[in-house]
Amino acid sequence: MDYQLLWFILVGVLFTGYAMLDGFDLGVGSLMLGIKDDHERRLLYNAIGPVWDGNEVWLVTGGGALFAAFPPVYATVFSGFYLAFILLLFALIFRAVAIEFRSKVPWPWWRAWWDRGFFAGSTTAALLIGVAMGNLVWGIPIDARGEFAGTFLGLLHPYALLMGVTTVVLFMMHGAIYLHLKTQGPLQARIRSWINPLIIAFMVCYALTTLATLLYVPRMTHLLREQPALFSVAILLVLAIANLPREIHRGRDGAAFLSSCATILLLMALLGLGMFPHMVYSLPEPAHSLTVYNASSTPKTLHIMTIIAAIGIPIVLTYTATVYYIFRGKVTLGKDSY
Amino acid sequence: MNVEILSRVQFAFTAGFHYIFPPLSIGLGVVLIMLEGAWLWTRNPLYHNMARFWTKVFGLIFGLGVATGIVLEFEFGTNWATYSRFVGDIFGSALAAEGLFAFFLESGFLAILLFGWDKVGPKLHFFATCMVALGAHFSAVWIIVANSWQQTPAGSHLEIAGHAVAPGHAFQVSDLGQARMVIDDFWGVVFNPSSMDRLSHTLVAAWSAGAFLVISVAAFYLLTKRHTAFATASLKFGLVLAMAASLLSLATGHDSAAGVAKNQPSKLAAMEGLWQSGPQAPLHLFGWVDMAHQRTIGAKIPSGLSLLAGGSSAHELTGLNEIAPDLRPPVQATFQCFHLMVAIGMGLIAMSLWGTWLWARGKLADTGSFMTRAFLRLAVPSVLLPQLGNQAGWFTAEIGRQPWIVWGYLRTSDGLSAVVKSEQVLASLIGFSLIYLLLGVLFVFLLHRKIQHGPEPMDETHTQPENWLKQSRA
Repeated sequence: MDYQLLWFILVGVLFTGYAMLDGFDLGVGSLMLGIKDDHERRLLYNAIGPVWDGNEVWLVTGGGALFAAFPPVYATVFSGFYLAFILLLFALIFRAVAIEFRSKVPWPWWRAWWDRGFFAGSTTAALLIGVAMGNLVWGIPIDARGEFAGTFLGLLHPYALLMGVTTVVLFMMHGAIYLHLKTQGPLQARIRSWINPLIIAFMVCYALTTLATLLYVPRMTHLLREQPALFSVAILLVLAIANLPREIHRGRDGAAFLSSCATILLLMALLGLGMFPHMVYSLPEPAHSLTVYNASSTPKTLHIMTIIAAIGIPIVLTYTATVYYIFRGKVTLGKDSY
Repeated sequence: MNVEILSRVQFAFTAGFHYIFPPLSIGLGVVLIMLEGAWLWTRNPLYHNMARFWTKVFGLIFGLGVATGIVLEFEFGTNWATYSRFVGDIFGSALAAEGLFAFFLESGFLAILLFGWDKVGPKLHFFATCMVALGAHFSAVWIIVANSWQQTPAGSHLEIAGHAVAPGHAFQVSDLGQARMVIDDFWGVVFNPSSMDRLSHTLVAAWSAGAFLVISVAAFYLLTKRHTAFATASLKFGLVLAMAASLLSLATGHDSAAGVAKNQPSKLAAMEGLWQSGPQAPLHLFGWVDMAHQRTIGAKIPSGLSLLAGGSSAHELTGLNEIAPDLRPPVQATFQCFHLMVAIGMGLIAMSLWGTWLWARGKLADTGSFMTRAFLRLAVPSVLLPQLGNQAGWFTAEIGRQPWIVWGYLRTSDGLSAVVKSEQVLASLIGFSLIYLLLGVLFVFLLHRKIQHGPEPMDETHTQPENWLKQSRA
């Protein structure tokens, strides 16, 4: 395996970690306004309280790894999607400070506004992440210098918006399944009643996205056609999705959550298999595409980064797992809670 | 307005606003280690109560640091795409390492620090506190390494169209699309000529920020006769750290400036408003750069700069007259920021000495004494001094680096995103201004509220977490 492929996978792993972990935080945000009682809303905030900022670090590190391993991709995408990414930053800022500020003051209007900010920030972030991914799958105009040659409004085409909505629904489903794991009593029953509709909504979105991809972006299936063994990823994905209602029905919260994580992992794997070796597909001029081979850092840097990752990732996984273990079980409110 | 000015203003504004918070996290992190360590050592419940209070303040500050920090990770790509392509082979690794080694460490253990009082034992909690503080220090390590490489590039070479270029080769802007910096030696990048001097100076300045926050709040409580025992003890912890930090700032600041003299002579000349090359360069205490007549007016110590930079009045320094005008940084701004920082640094030393002197005489909390009251009244606003000093220091470092974004290789004006238009940057700058104004106001409001609320009453928090009490009884 060459370094470019390794780093394509590792950057993918970091963004997948982000989607799996912060995905449920963002989903909780999108669900927040569905709960009216202040005490219950606080339970929702505190269900993600100890972990959300660690989850966001996956995005920060993924961005750093993309910058280090594929600088032209980082530069082209971030400058090309300028307004979209600035909006994403605003959304993530509001999400973060809403959690931090909301319960520090007891005034109802203060809390109501931060709840709205938390909802809007989380939902906008999920939508924009989905739209950005939709554009990378669809392809964006790139000129001969490797610069983005399109417009902001040009990024909002139906396929990208469909991917955006799918991402919002996916995170809402993931967030609801996470909350089901962390809550109890009547609140849990309420959340339980949301899960099946959300699973169905996700299945519909996923089916539409898949259909649109097969019809309009057939190159996403090239690698699967060349290597039919890889079709097993698609089969596993369908099994993971189908397993969700089953685990919920049997009341196995933990298994349902793991199945939801597996769904996101396999979706990202399928996305990576479809994209490879392109990182930014250029449309209408595919020759200008940025690939893992023409847009990577030097082998020396990739080698150094591999050492850094080999040291860092096991350590990170160890204490991430430790923190999740320490904060396992149902969420309750104490005097240190948000 | 053009894209360059707007992008520079936006970066300075977002980085400057963000930089209110990390130094406080670094400094308060050290305070928390001291407090929890003291509690573990003595089991004095007062220290536990202090640790609980300052941890809550830490949580608020940390949250704002996270919220505003992610902007910077994205901004290199959004506004400085050409720069990002040019330096990605080197600069990106430092950012990725920062995420992997610093941010994960901080945020992972922060959960235990903030919410783990009832979930883990006291020793593991103390360990988590240490890891959060260590993570905060690590984040400074990697970002200063990255920034110092921009100031004094090392361990790398320029490559155009895949071919290595000899140092000093004239760099054509038309080559930019095919040019990039390429890594030779990772440790050469990490230990570039300025990184360790600048890192140590930044870290001790961050300790000052944390120390003076503690001192300021404690002084406020003493003056208003609230939480006296809490405040007196906080003041002492704050003073210990402030004393160490302010004296170390002087020493590390000297090393940094000597490094600038050696590696970035045009920056030093601007910092000191030095026009004439030669020996016996004077040191300005304060002054005004008269750009029209190319001279600097103010109070100066003859030969002072030569003595400090080279150890002898015969040491020769390069003046601005010897530097082509288009390679000079903005002189007035660099000079004033630098002198403001130095003056504040001296003020912090004076405050630390004064407080320590009162402490030695047993009058630290004696609000009946005039000297103590005067000290405490000055100590309350002194929280702003390290903040101003930190900003002034960074402005000196970054304005003094101009016109370069990568010293000697790439100009700031050439590092912009080619596809981003001025309306877009104007829109994002207005957005950031409004949002950060709101965040700044709310941060002050919530911090004020927390301070007004004060620590929990002792009888109640005597109260360690349930299971800690069980453990100590067992």
